[in-house]
Amino acid sequence: MRNKLGYLLGLLFAFAAAAPAYALLPIQHWQTQNGARVYFVETRDLPMLDVSVDFPAGSVFDTRAKSGLAALTANTLRLGAGGLTEDEIARRMADTGAQLGGRFDSDRAGVSLRTLTSPDEFKQAIDVFARVLQHPEFPPAVLEREKTRIIAAIKEADTKPEVILNRNFNALIYGNHPYGLRSAGEPATIATLTRDDVSGFYRSYYTADQAVVAIIGSIGRGEAEALANQLTAGLPRSSTPAVIPPVPDLARSEMRAVAHPATQSHLLIGAPGIRRDDPDYFPLFVGNYILGGGGFVSRITEEVRSKRGLAYSAYSYFSPLKERGPFVIGLQTRRDQAAEALAVVRATLKEFLAKGPTADELKKAQQNIVGGFALRIDSNRKILDYLGAIGFYRLPLTYLDDFIPNVEKVTLADIRNAFARRVDPEHMATVIVGADEAALGPK
Amino acid sequence: MSIRFFNDTLRTRAAALLVLMLAAAQAVAQTHEHKLANGLRVIVKEDHRAPTVVSMVWYKAGSIDEVNGTTGVAHVLEHMMFKGTTAVPGGEFSKIVAAAGGRENAFTGKDATGYHEQLHKSQLPLAFRLEADRMANLVLSKEEFEKEIKVVMEERRLRTEDRPQALLNEQLMATAFIAHPYHAPVVGWMSDLESMTFLDAKRWYEHWYAPNNAIVVVAGDVDPKAVFALADKYFGAIKSKILPERKPQDEPEQRGIRRVTVKAPAELPSLVMAYRAPMLRDPEKDTEPYALEMLAGVLDGSEAARLTSSLVRGEKIANAVDASYDSTARGPGLFAVSGVPATGRTVAELEQGLRRELAKIVSDGVTEEELKRVKAQVVAAHVFQRDSIYFQAMQIGSLEIAGYPHQTIDLMIRKLQQVTAAQVQEVARKYLVDDSLTIAVLDPQPLDRTPAAAPKGLRHAQ
Repeated sequence: MRNKLGYLLGLLFAFAAAAPAYALLPIQHWQTQNGARVYFVETRDLPMLDVSVDFPAGSVFDTRAKSGLAALTANTLRLGAGGLTEDEIARRMADTGAQLGGRFDSDRAGVSLRTLTSPDEFKQAIDVFARVLQHPEFPPAVLEREKTRIIAAIKEADTKPEVILNRNFNALIYGNHPYGLRSAGEPATIATLTRDDVSGFYRSYYTADQAVVAIIGSIGRGEAEALANQLTAGLPRSSTPAVIPPVPDLARSEMRAVAHPATQSHLLIGAPGIRRDDPDYFPLFVGNYILGGGGFVSRITEEVRSKRGLAYSAYSYFSPLKERGPFVIGLQTRRDQAAEALAVVRATLKEFLAKGPTADELKKAQQNIVGGFALRIDSNRKILDYLGAIGFYRLPLTYLDDFIPNVEKVTLADIRNAFARRVDPEHMATVIVGADEAALGPK
Repeated sequence: MSIRFFNDTLRTRAAALLVLMLAAAQAVAQTHEHKLANGLRVIVKEDHRAPTVVSMVWYKAGSIDEVNGTTGVAHVLEHMMFKGTTAVPGGEFSKIVAAAGGRENAFTGKDATGYHEQLHKSQLPLAFRLEADRMANLVLSKEEFEKEIKVVMEERRLRTEDRPQALLNEQLMATAFIAHPYHAPVVGWMSDLESMTFLDAKRWYEHWYAPNNAIVVVAGDVDPKAVFALADKYFGAIKSKILPERKPQDEPEQRGIRRVTVKAPAELPSLVMAYRAPMLRDPEKDTEPYALEMLAGVLDGSEAARLTSSLVRGEKIANAVDASYDSTARGPGLFAVSGVPATGRTVAELEQGLRRELAKIVSDGVTEEELKRVKAQVVAAHVFQRDSIYFQAMQIGSLEIAGYPHQTIDLMIRKLQQVTAAQVQEVARKYLVDDSLTIAVLDPQPLDRTPAAAPKGLRHAQ
């Protein structure tokens, strides 16, 4: 017999034309007593479980003086917790075959676990996971060692063109906004972080009322409720939720060239884009597929790579966050070709903004996104990511059910208007690393 | 809480668990196979969790089949395979798959070149139609080649020239293997790319792209019989070819330690130590490759493994460490340990630290506890991997290409469970010896003192 997930997906495609009255994915949602929001999908095919617990504890909550604190906190949760040393945690986890993972970005920090559901392994893996989440100890010696390791890794990263590119780009488009801080932090600020800083950050941001628990796997509702309680009951109590300041528009266009000995120039062009809850989300998502998100069928790849052979990789994307995440166009090309590639990308964007996509492009984009929808949710791992995003960004529980209708209703005018509202070619930051400046011409 | 107690109980649990998990794995690990008259093999793995399918065509033609002067041609041909046939003109392949809601891509490795589509299951015929068409009818034009070879050179710049770690690995392979084609990088040497012509690519296609040199792997929500019928329909008419002779190009015995240094713009040094190691040739009778897999797991299978716990967390000699060994491939094998020294520590200290850890295993062996831990991970990973039909298809294809029946996956997992501590100690003693060791060191250079070489024949303004 087919499983529930497959069955429901099958139904969707059998009746894709009709608006389904049932849920595509049976997402169960509830809140624990102390306010954690839980999103659960039961699927019995494989004897395993994925669970993640996320908090609004990303690098956007760092200050400039303590940049790197959020990341250090997230990185050291598992290095001593609930009476277990880091070695004990590592051994107990490894003995069950379970895999401890994590997520960290500007908005979110979280811990995830993939475990077998055989009773003994499950119980032991969850026990360690719960300690890591709720009782991290941040042992001073471990913190100092990790600070040293992280600083070394950052210094190494700072020699890489793509890292230099992103740092400069974020600084240009975000200015003093905390999205402009590097999420890993800076060597000088990390060096000053103390154990009090880390445990203080943990107590302020890893709170039960802000937690989002996503669960998918081979357990029932009752077990999922018990699991969510076990993982969150001992979390710090709520504090005042932190507010992320809004991101202003760029005041002007700006270009920055950074010297680097690489054989290629790395380019980024862009500006602050949209919030995750922006009503223009779907028109921009579909439109960007046509502009530079659709791989080989996108205009940017066609112009830069297929027609001219200027780059291996050329793309554009929106990366929506709680507040405005970046809109980015990027590529790498042999350094003497940088000016040509930049001109091609700018012309492609200009043309797209002026005329929008063609009816045929829109139709094909919708066909791809709608026809490929099943590929977005065909594994537990992928569904877990959606559960986490739905919870964290407070998207409707019907987000996946509404996904196809939302894509299908996008019109040519919607895309043109949304891009006109959200992408202003006169207010863009351009960064080139490894540039032959003379070849770039006037800004 | 007593760790000792804890581990003792786990041992019995792991054994019970293993029986259950292997039974479960075998119940679902059903594959079906069919061979067409023209020699094309089709392997189907059913997975009905979601209405999607992945279709892969594997050609037994990788960089291992290349000769000097045209290294990289396997990979260049992979790029050219998207440039059109008479029926499907250049650029259309990707557009057709995209409009059907699909994703497509391709990969070239040392042992094979693969092409894959991920689609809603109803679109499998489309994938077969397109793949069958380009298996036989590729149009290779000089004009398209000359644009695409530039893209490939950009790819080499991006992924090798400007990545110190990639340069280090390239030099390691070129030093560890002299006669065997694993010597050359998959992407090819830049000089070979610069002198390559569309005729080189055409010759490669004519030699190796044939149904009797290919394997189709399909995983997903499909009925094997229907897939076989589709394969007959689309691939059945393609004629088989007489394949070129594959010369063994065996690597001679290594007679002493080799060292190579790579200078590149970077902040931190790093080190790779690679020992020549045997490969799995008879999955039923061999024992050493399984023992080497377990050895890699004991050294670096998890956060609890030896190298991290002693060199990163304990002695703080290393910032990062790694151990790797893959028992299955067409060519010869390496057992490698590598790492980045901690701040204030040298590559020499890290080398000594790694050598101490290896020597401990040679002299004292590994514990039962460690072995059980790695075995538990093998079993769990085998379950976890089933969450991805793409991974399952990759696993089947790569094993088959390397010359093992794909059912060997189950056999290998059983064999790994049988490895003893004495066997692990014995392979460490036998193979982790200096005479078959190659050491590659990245010597970091300041960014401002290492200007890039000017591209040939072009103005360079820095």
